[in-house]
Amino acid sequence: MSKFLTGITEINVTGPKIVWSFNVAGVTINITETIVLGWFVIALITAFVLWITHDMKKVPSKKQAIAELIVTTVNKLVDENMGKEHRNYSPYIATLFSYSILGSLISMLGLRSVTADFNTTITWALITFFFITYSKIKTNHLGGYVKGYFSPIFVMAPLNIISEIATPVSMGFRHFGNIAGGMVITSLIYFALTGLSNAIGLPIPILTVGIPAVLSVYFDLFSGFMQAYIFISLSMAYIGGGYSKEE
Amino acid sequence: MEKAIVLAASAIGAGLAMIAGIGPGIGEGFAVGKACEAIAKQPEAKSSVTSTMFIGCAVAESTGIYGFVVALILLFINPFVGQL
Repeated sequence: MSKFLTGITEINVTGPKIVWSFNVAGVTINITETIVLGWFVIALITAFVLWITHDMKKVPSKKQAIAELIVTTVNKLVDENMGKEHRNYSPYIATLFSYSILGSLISMLGLRSVTADFNTTITWALITFFFITYSKIKTNHLGGYVKGYFSPIFVMAPLNIISEIATPVSMGFRHFGNIAGGMVITSLIYFALTGLSNAIGLPIPILTVGIPAVLSVYFDLFSGFMQAYIFISLSMAYIGGGYSKEE
Repeated sequence: MEKAIVLAASAIGAGLAMIAGIGPGIGEGFAVGKACEAIAKQPEAKSSVTSTMFIGCAVAESTGIYGFVVALILLFINPFVGQL
């Protein structure tokens, strides 16, 4: 309430706050806002999934029809992008998408986005990287996988290794950068509008009421949805590409 | 005094880092323009053209994002102040 009356008078962009920290064998472990909100999102998704799949029947009810629609949509997406034989990846893709989109949209409630923390996105990118490597080794075996680094000639090995590492790093930075960028721009806009209201001489910074909501549609809704979609598309493209046989 | 110089240099560096935004802007503009042409030629392929375009835009965007991350680090973490 005090923020509403005085407006935002200083730019305050920080990392996630540390809620609680403890020592285990001399190593400090910090429980940050991201972890707490991340588990909140996980609990939300789990509760929704348990509720929607509860009491399933041969003749689907309305609730079950929605659940079937979600599953069919994800399966179709995976079929189109990775091929029918890799449909067992669709739970992973659905998990990434739901966690990512809820983690971004949680900022609509005034909380800090889970995805505006690099630790979250790099973790997802590393899991995808694990699957990429797994698919490559499974298709070409270990010899073919190692040989892939020395193609077309052995001099290219350092470049191939760098491009292999760049995949998860760029995926993580892309998602983080888009959401964090939106967060920074939103706080700058609040700061600017507060300053503008004070300059005009309004007692309460009334300009900060409506205008940021319009921008929030782009930076929170559109950007959050788009980044989730792009993340799963790239995951599917890279993992599906790993299954293609190298000659 | 030293700290002020370092902070000013960090702010200037952050501004210079955001010049990286030019490249992705031009590149994505080209990509979207070509996608519009493709949809005009083949309106039935709209959905696949659009999704491919968004993925391409996201990949082209990453260089800009790198610049933005560098600017964020320079502005809010101030790594060079600690080295004084």
